[in-house]
Amino acid sequence: MKQFDDILNKAKLWRKKNKSVALATVISTWGSSPRPVGSQMVISEDLDIFGSVSGGCIESSVIIAAKETMKTGKPKLLKYGVSNSEAWEAGLTCGGKVQVFVEKIGDND
Amino acid sequence: MKDKTLNLILSEKSKRKTVIVATEINSGKQVIINETINSDINNKILIAIRNNIIHGKSEVVEIEKKKWFINISLPPLRLITVGAVHIAQPLAEVATICGYEVIIIDPRAAFGNNQRFPDIKIINDWPEVALNDLQLDNRTAVVTLTHDPKLDDSALNAALKSDVFYIGSLGSKKTHNARIQRLKIANFTDAEISKIHGPVGLSIGAKSPQEIAISIISEIISNRNNFENNEDN
Repeated sequence: MKQFDDILNKAKLWRKKNKSVALATVISTWGSSPRPVGSQMVISEDLDIFGSVSGGCIESSVIIAAKETMKTGKPKLLKYGVSNSEAWEAGLTCGGKVQVFVEKIGDND
Repeated sequence: MKDKTLNLILSEKSKRKTVIVATEINSGKQVIINETINSDINNKILIAIRNNIIHGKSEVVEIEKKKWFINISLPPLRLITVGAVHIAQPLAEVATICGYEVIIIDPRAAFGNNQRFPDIKIINDWPEVALNDLQLDNRTAVVTLTHDPKLDDSALNAALKSDVFYIGSLGSKKTHNARIQRLKIANFTDAEISKIHGPVGLSIGAKSPQEIAISIISEIISNRNNFENNEDN
């Protein structure tokens, strides 16, 4: 049967294979933003990704942060918006703002 | 997030329970919140998020000058269809794509089987028996597709007495009127009967089973999102 909660199930599958995994979650949004609060994306150490936290606008920047979080075990709070100085690299063209929390899944090893 | 927490979230959700995870944003400290736990932080968070729980709203809250992200994760949306008929095939597919867990009930194994419905949960039993074992909660939609009163009516009977957020019943206006008369005889009020969407689906001029499936899932989504449909939209 098809698994629901696909995103966390995917994380569980990767963890079973002893891979490092990071979880990114949209924790707040202002104005027009592509994905609602609670939207999630998982990233594996092989940089496989599943799920999304935007319409594709900020994912690559989130993946870079996730790589570091997988390495250090330290969570990160990422903020994106049109006023962001990184707007050229990773901004939301829809004019909204979004905060993404990135954490490592798994006991710190 | 610890592996233990991840596994707990998944196992609770598979039992159709709501899971609340609180994450302290600065440190990454994480706790599962529920009413059976008696700890200081659990109790403080529970008081702060009473409205969030009612509305299923995830959000950042401040507790004792610390910011916590409260992630309220509701059970998966679910579509139960009665009748493993042709329309049920594309409906099961589009509903799955839209994130619904699909269950098909049909006592006729010639219709309801995994050859016709790969990867879909099928219950070969009478609707009144099958529905009795399923939790008909407010994250569930029920659609009857058989046109056969023997099968459809008992399913509608169970759905009307439950908390499901959507009830739809396939059939022409004439079939639907006959159904209404039978439900009235079964002592359902007009208000109760009016919860049934029949003829089922949004009006998009659907003709083929695939088009009808799209019109049904669109109506379910629109109800789920409390979207007002009228001619101007």
